[in-house]
Parts: sequence; C-alpha cells; structure tokens
Amino acid sequence: MIQRSPQKSLRERLEILADAAKYDASCASSGTAKKNSLGGKGVGSTEGMGICHAYAPDGRCISLLKVLLTNHCIFDCHYCINRKSSNTPRAKFTPQEVADLTINFYKRNYIEGLFLSSGIIKSSNHTMEQLMETARILREEYDFRGYIHLKTIPEADPELIEQAGMYADRVSINVELPTKAGLTKLAPDKNEAEIEGALAKTKNRIIQAKDERKRFRHAPRFAPAGQSTQMIVGADDANDAAIVSRASNLYGNFGLRRVYYSAFSPIPDASAVLPLKRPPLMREHRLYQSDWLIRFYGFGANDVADATEKDGNLPLDIDPKLAWALKFRGQFPVDVNRASKEQLLRVPGLGTTAVGRILKARRYRRLRLEDVGKLTQSIAKVRPFLVAADWSPTRLTDRADLRSMLAPKQEQLELF
Amino acid sequence: MSALQHVSLGAHYVVHLPRPDDFAFWRERARQLIQCDVPPDRVSWVEPGGTGDLFAFEGPSRGEKRLPVPGADAGEVRASKRFMRLARNASVHSDPERFSLLYRVLWRLQSKPGMMQDSVDTDVRRIEELDKEVRRDAHKMHAFVRFRLIEGNEVENEGQEHYVAWFEPDHHIVRREAGFFMRRFANMNWSILTPRGSIHWDGETMREGPSARREDAPAGDPVEALWKSYYASTFNPARLKVGAMLSEMPKKYWKNMPEAELIPQLIAGAQAREAGMVAAGTREVREMPSSLEAIAGGISACRDCPIAECGTRAVMGEGAPGSSLMIVGEQPGDQEDLAGRPFVGPAGQLLDVYLDKAGIDRGASYVTNAVKHFKFVSRGKRRIHQTPQAKEIDTCRWWLEAERKIVQPRVVLALGASAARAMLGRTVSLAKERGRPAPLEDGSELWITAHPSYLLRLDGEARAAQEELFARDLAAVRGRLFELAA
Repeated sequence: MIQRSPQKSLRERLEILADAAKYDASCASSGTAKKNSLGGKGVGSTEGMGICHAYAPDGRCISLLKVLLTNHCIFDCHYCINRKSSNTPRAKFTPQEVADLTINFYKRNYIEGLFLSSGIIKSSNHTMEQLMETARILREEYDFRGYIHLKTIPEADPELIEQAGMYADRVSINVELPTKAGLTKLAPDKNEAEIEGALAKTKNRIIQAKDERKRFRHAPRFAPAGQSTQMIVGADDANDAAIVSRASNLYGNFGLRRVYYSAFSPIPDASAVLPLKRPPLMREHRLYQSDWLIRFYGFGANDVADATEKDGNLPLDIDPKLAWALKFRGQFPVDVNRASKEQLLRVPGLGTTAVGRILKARRYRRLRLEDVGKLTQSIAKVRPFLVAADWSPTRLTDRADLRSMLAPKQEQLELF
Repeated sequence: MSALQHVSLGAHYVVHLPRPDDFAFWRERARQLIQCDVPPDRVSWVEPGGTGDLFAFEGPSRGEKRLPVPGADAGEVRASKRFMRLARNASVHSDPERFSLLYRVLWRLQSKPGMMQDSVDTDVRRIEELDKEVRRDAHKMHAFVRFRLIEGNEVENEGQEHYVAWFEPDHHIVRREAGFFMRRFANMNWSILTPRGSIHWDGETMREGPSARREDAPAGDPVEALWKSYYASTFNPARLKVGAMLSEMPKKYWKNMPEAELIPQLIAGAQAREAGMVAAGTREVREMPSSLEAIAGGISACRDCPIAECGTRAVMGEGAPGSSLMIVGEQPGDQEDLAGRPFVGPAGQLLDVYLDKAGIDRGASYVTNAVKHFKFVSRGKRRIHQTPQAKEIDTCRWWLEAERKIVQPRVVLALGASAARAMLGRTVSLAKERGRPAPLEDGSELWITAHPSYLLRLDGEARAAQEELFARDLAAVRGRLFELAA
C-alpha cells in the first residue's frame, strides 16, 4: 500500500518550490510595455526599468516571485535537482494558490511580479495548461498589471505557447546545454530540434504581434518583453569560445533579449554522470562580461574567441576586454581627443558612460590625463592604452609585464 | 571707494524656501535674481530649519522683501534641457549647498550655454552626482518600501484594507515619488509615512501629511512569515556574495525590511549548508581503481548508498580482463549474497541454460551486476528482493564504469531495465530497445534483453513467448561476437 503523507502547509510547499526554482538565473523584470493600474480593478504597473525589491546574500536580486508550480517531473535531466530519479521532497501548488500568493506579495511591494516554471507532470500539454491557468487568473480575474514571466515547455502544443505569450510579459525556453552532445548525454528526454523550433516559433509570433501593433492600435500584445533562454555552464565540456559563439547564434537566430548563464552548482542529490567539481563562479561572471561586450561594446563572438586562452576559455584573473586588448596591442594607444567612439569602447577601463562623457567633454576642451581621471573610475587601468593632451604611454603599452601590472594583485602569503 | 563697499555689503540677498523640495519656487527667484545681475556669491538660499542664513533674519519672508525687481528691459534667462533635467533632481537632494550650486551653474550658463556637456567641470560633476544620488534614492524607495496591512475597524471603512509603510529616504523625494505608488497601487488604500512627510492615497485622491515616526506605522503582518520563508529558500547557499548584496542593499535599509533580519543567520549557515549539499549530492573526487582487485576491495568498503548498510556483502564480478563479452545483471540475490558470486541462484542457473543453448561460453565472459549489494526486506526468515532505485543505480554506476574500463569488452549485454539504466544513465523501454545494438562512447556496443528472473516469474504461453525472445536476443549477441572476432 502506498502511504500518503499528510498535505504540506502552504509555507512548507513555498519553501520546497522556491528552493527548486532558484537554479534559474533569470530574474529580470525590465523592458516590457508600460502599463499601470489606473482605471483598472487590480494592482500593478511596469514602467520600463525593472526593480530589484531585495537582495539575497548570494548577491542576486529578488525581483519576481520565482517558484515552480510543482517539482514533480517525468523527465530525468541529470543536472536538475527535480529529475525523476532524484530523492528531493516533492510539492505542488494549484494555479489559484500561486495567483493569490503573487497578489499578496505584490500588494506589500515585495515583488515586481511572477516568474513561473514547472516540472513536467502527466504530459507537457497538461503542465503548460496549468501554467497558463495561473497567468489567466492573475490577468483576467485579478486584473493584475505587473510583470509575468512564463517558462514555456518546448514539447507543448504551439497553440498553448502562443496563448502563454498573450498573458506573459516575457516567455523563455531553456536551451539547457551549449552543445548537442551535452544535451543528449545529460538531458536525455529533451531534443535540440524541438527546443530551437519552439524558440523560432515564439520569435516569429513576437515579430508578427509587433507588426500588428503598428497597423492596429488595439492589436493584442505578445510577450512585450521578448524571450530569453538559459544555458548551464560547466556541466559538460564546452569551452567559453563555444558557449559565446552558441549564445551569439541564439541572439541572432531567435531575437533573444538575454541569454543567461548558470554556473553548474552543486545541487543536492546530483546524478553520478555529472562532473564532481563545480566550475569557478568567476567563469560565469566572465561569460556575462563577454555577453555585455557583445551587446553594448560592439564586440563580435569572434572577438571574444580571440580573447580566450589556448584551451578556449577566457582568463579568470582579468576581464575579457583587457584580455583582448593585451592580445591586440597594435590597436593601442588611442588618442582620447581624436579616437572614434568604437575605438574608445575597446579601451579597457572605459565603460559606455565614460565614453559618452569623453565624447561630449572633448568638444569643450582638449582632455588631459587628469580630466580623463575625473570621467572614469580608475586612471591606472586606462593609462597604458590612451594618449591624452599631456600624456603618452610610450613604451608602457608594449611592456611584456603589462598583464601582471593590470591584473588584480594576488595576495602574497607571509613566510611561516 | 567707500560707496562701493556699501553696495557690496547691502546687496547680499537671502531667499527662504517654503519647502525643501520646492523647485518651482527656486526657479522663480533664481530667474529674478539673474535678471537683476546678482552674482552667485551675493545670494544665500535657506530651506526650512536650515542654517545657511549667515545674517539670521527671523521669519521666512523677511529676506525676500529685499529681493530686487528686474526692470522692463531685463534680458531672458536661458538654460539647457540637460540642466533642467538634472536640476529638478538635484534640488531635492539633502545637501544644504544644492540651491547655491544650482544658482551658480545657472549664472555661468548665461555666458557659457554649452557648459553642461563638459563633465570635467567641477560644478557640472557635482550636479551629476546629486542627480545620480537622488535617482538612486528614489529607485530604492520604489524597491524597499514594505506595506503592512491593517484591517479597517472603524464604522465607515469596515472590512476595507489599508496598507501602511514606514520608510526613511535620504533625500526630499517623498512628494515626487507619490505618483509611482499611485500608478502601481491605484485601487488600494495606502499610506507611506516618512520623517520627511507622509502621503496617503484612498483610491481617488492623494493627501499630504506631516512627518511621521516609526511608532505610527503598524508593527507586523502575517504574510511577512511567508515572504521570509520565500527569501530564505530562494537564496542559494552555494554562492555567497555578501559584498554584491551590500552594495545594492546597504545596511541602512535593513531595519525596515522584514526579510533582512534573516541575513546574518543565512550567511552563517551557508558554508555549512553547502558542505552538506556537496557531501550528500556528489562524491569527493576519487581515482578510478586500476585493477579488478582494487574494485573488489573498493566495493566492500563502499557506503555511497543505503543498500550498503543492509549487512550484506558486496558481490564482485567474475571473469578475466579482455573478455569480449560483459554480462550485466541487476544486483546479487539471496544466494549470490551468501556465495559471494554473481548469478549462482535460480536466475543464474536459467541464464546458464540459455547461454549454453546460444553457444556463449560463460567462462570466457565477464559477469557482473549493476548494483553490487543485495537490497531486500525481511519477511520472517526470508529475504525478499527489492528493486534498486534509479539513484542507487546511478551511484553504483561508477564501479561498473571502472570494471568496464579494465575489462574492455567489445559487447555489453544488459539483462533487464536496471542494467540498461546503469549502462546508459537513463531509463529505457526494454521492448523498444532490445534485439539491436546501441553504440557506447568508447566504441563498444550495448545489447539489451530481459532479466532471466523475469522469465522465472511467468508461466504458460507468456513464458514461452518471452523465452523465445530471450533466446533470440542471445543468439543475436552470439552472432555479433562471431562477426567482431572475424
């Protein structure tokens, strides 16, 4: 006879299902259509910029109520704590419970909205219907106008995914692993073609909805904050060059807003197929930095690949922009009073804000090194790569030990 | 000479602002003063309660009477859009010098209209800083205000919900940010109380109130317990980045956020929790054993899964390294455990019969199990076999991989679903996968068939049908071995 444990309390289930959802890196609540609750019946607003309502000691922002509808799952993906063969405690919410929790948290200004995902129960379609029902209660019954991010299930019917975009601000589908071989080995129930097919369909639907909005003012919005995806780093043997090139293809092919990287971290009850060592957290950070270079600094995936070391991974001790500059010293120094925006953006230590300030300020004066110091965070880092009115790095740019001069100092231990 | 001195002394003006955040008032007065050509060092700006007034006039209006009135021929005062945008924000900063700074820049703008672009200029940098700090304060207010619910108990608003928050902003932003909360919580009754004034919204109109004290706000809300549970559960103890948290959520905000009281204990518990997770979830890095003897020693000492705690012995595989066929069963049974050898019980005897029939020499093969210990429950004197869980198979898989590395078979025959899982890392359908080879990563191939104990549990027609299938699978394996040997 099967023994049924007594129903867990709402709080116990929240603990289990929030714990199970925390391995998803995405928490953004920005970039969606502006809306507010004036003239409505419920609560909620989105005004462009996302808001982080709290920060946890892991340094990550808490913007959305990020939970799973259930962590029961019929899939058996090795890197996932909720896989079928894992001994983790299981729990389940009803769509109504999640909707009520969201509203209660929102009214107290704890969150920007809901990020809902789920383990696969019964079938992909059944699961997707439950996710949709939650979003429907929030939007239709509570007239909720905050942010909703739905994780969609690539194996579900396209009509269901289509409907998800009507309620959600953002939809996402995880590609999970950067290589096809990794997916086959670690997520045996998932299929690359199916995932990419769903990404492509969602992209087309987003473009179509945008086009309709141009023609008809009241055409329904479809996922106005676009779609995103997530890759797990360090669970298979793909190197940084391969990961960045895959991300760049994903950005290009599927019009993604963001590609999230999640460093494979030791999860309770991990499968024996996984590597036993976790990748350094710094690797995830370097990948995000290179992602930033591609999105805002005019770098290409090939530039990032150029910055990697012999094993195809980015150096962990210095940031990818500095790594690139040290490899291509012929491009430096650049003249801060004459160089183009593109050239200035390549200078290690100059961010987009500083470059904007330099471009404006140099219309009024010839910049000296001291002036550049006022516009940037640290002059020591940019100095070897810049020529200013009263400064030329002469041999500094070409010094063999430039890397060790600029890399963060390693602490020298005392003799014992 | 003495006349000039008299003018410069008498011409010092003091402007008293009615409210510390009254940008429109400052703008009016500043325009007037610039039209009268009053240089920045001749004006003092005093906010209520402020001490910027060196001349100590009493009452807010005394100094104002003395402001000069511009003539009809006075020129226009101009300012760039960027100045207006930054000045509106900078004017609500708590820095007492802010109005003087704004006036000085406005004064300089009249002769240098482009100067706001020049971020190297000290005054421009300072306005930029004030603007940034005010925007950050407003953003943090949007983020960190925490409402608590009070149920209305007066007659007129019985049953109505009222949400009240206590917040301590650094700058005079409360009135300006009322709009954000109104748009967000349009259909709620709420109040935000701060030491710099209060705002109240009843669903239709906004009211402003005087400064409040923390005691005026409610003390708790039952939903906070749920929120704290959420906060603690969404935290990942495997990654501790306290610095990143502090830079975005400095300690000064903590006292008004219910979840923040958990932070010290979460940090303290994190290291221990992570160590626990690693110990429970993955094994420490170990060298794979390089000989079958080492494996035999390793499995008898292995306690990686609970089956090893049953008081049984580990049963090692049998056969020589280099055997071209490796046969993998599920786990040792009652008799195997007693004998310490694989496949010696009823299922083993049946297997021997069929191997014989198919022409496969068991003695030239390597025979082992997916799980090395016997898993059972006691029923009186009998020990009843229990199927190992997927997790246990996955844990023991490490030993099987080690055996396979040493034996290096060209063909692996998996008997039953457990053995198939141990080989592939996933649960497969026997009916779909049997009777054909599946390539393995090292170039060898895997054949899957039923476990002989399955045949023992059937009778009649079903057994005959399954026996035929079993024999056919073994014959196919034999055929494949001949092909490979040739």
